[in-house]
Amino acid sequence: MTSATPETEAAECRELLYVYAVLPAGERPCGPSAPALPPGVGGRPVRFVRGAGPAAGLAAAVGEVPAEDFGEDALERRLEDLAWLEDTARSHHAVVEALGAAGPVLPLRLATVYRSEPRVRAVLAERAAEFASRLDRLTGHLEWGVKVYLRRGGARPSSPEPSGGGAAAAAGSGTSGRDYLRRRRAQRRSEEDGWQAAARVGERIDAAVGPLVTAARRLRPQDPRLPGASAGAGVNVVNTAYLVAEDRSEEFRALVAREAAREPEVYAEVIGPWAPYSFAADADVAADPGHDDADGSVGDDSGADGGGSAGGPREAAV
Amino acid sequence: MSVSGSLPSLPAPGAGTGAGTDLASVAGERWTGRPIALVDLLDRLLAGGVVIVGDLSLSIADVELVRISLRALISSVDESLPDWRY
Repeated sequence: MTSATPETEAAECRELLYVYAVLPAGERPCGPSAPALPPGVGGRPVRFVRGAGPAAGLAAAVGEVPAEDFGEDALERRLEDLAWLEDTARSHHAVVEALGAAGPVLPLRLATVYRSEPRVRAVLAERAAEFASRLDRLTGHLEWGVKVYLRRGGARPSSPEPSGGGAAAAAGSGTSGRDYLRRRRAQRRSEEDGWQAAARVGERIDAAVGPLVTAARRLRPQDPRLPGASAGAGVNVVNTAYLVAEDRSEEFRALVAREAAREPEVYAEVIGPWAPYSFAADADVAADPGHDDADGSVGDDSGADGGGSAGGPREAAV
Repeated sequence: MSVSGSLPSLPAPGAGTGAGTDLASVAGERWTGRPIALVDLLDRLLAGGVVIVGDLSLSIADVELVRISLRALISSVDESLPDWRY
């Protein structure tokens, strides 16, 4: 290790630091992986990098990852690999969840990678004030997801042939073009009705939980073709993340259930609790273009810490 | 790739307060112990989380790439999916 040959340099470059989360340094061990933490991305152990100077109260949970996976071009290639993406996402989540079970945690977006510890410390120092206040705000909170679905089939006309054409008409093949068009129209109208009913339930849920939740953020409705997106057999119409104080979680879930029960063709699913992924970023960051069509309707009310707020649900609650 | 319901139970490692084990359906649906769906996870890991500029980090363009490749992959692999249009 006296002089860095090209080989050793290359070897060093093969390891990168994957950052999972920022958290209060508190009593967290600063050294090697705490035994309670699950292995991180690539099965690698997780450890902490403690901040210095303005970031003395903060730490980052990190783990080494191979540059073959996370280097410049590699990452892009890897993202095409669903199995790899899933492994990485689940490992990231497992670490964040374990950290979150022990205290407040600020999860980072998937695949945030640095070349060295000093670089991680520099970023902690740079954004120390923001990280600290955000951690403060998230303390004692959980994220819950609410997904409102239109029942598959629920939107379709229950009697497919309003013109009374009998079984032949219902079969569809032997009918006139006009019958077909009429049927299509009825079906479309019914779909729209169902869609609106689901959207309405989403709004009612917003209104009902508004006074109770700390913040809310609309996520993009999930494509029904994605595995897990069509739980039950429905189409996801509304997908919202709520930031809820831990001790209000049961109340929150009961309200969601109550509102969802009002429309027969609609059902809702509560998923969670999650670490506050959807509320970890600043409002301006949350409005990033990768998430454009979903943000803004409810909004992260991060600008209104403490005070009354302009958050969507509260407005809707009036 | 199964789309709903019958996914094998894969408890997330270290999941204490796990989203997967505490997944409730309301409004008449039965309680299911489904594991965390990848799509729910990616909603949070790709659209949530603090964004800090890493030395090498997932750009927004990459996130879009993920969405696109997921779509492509799923619709090509699983042709048995019902043709549900909305």
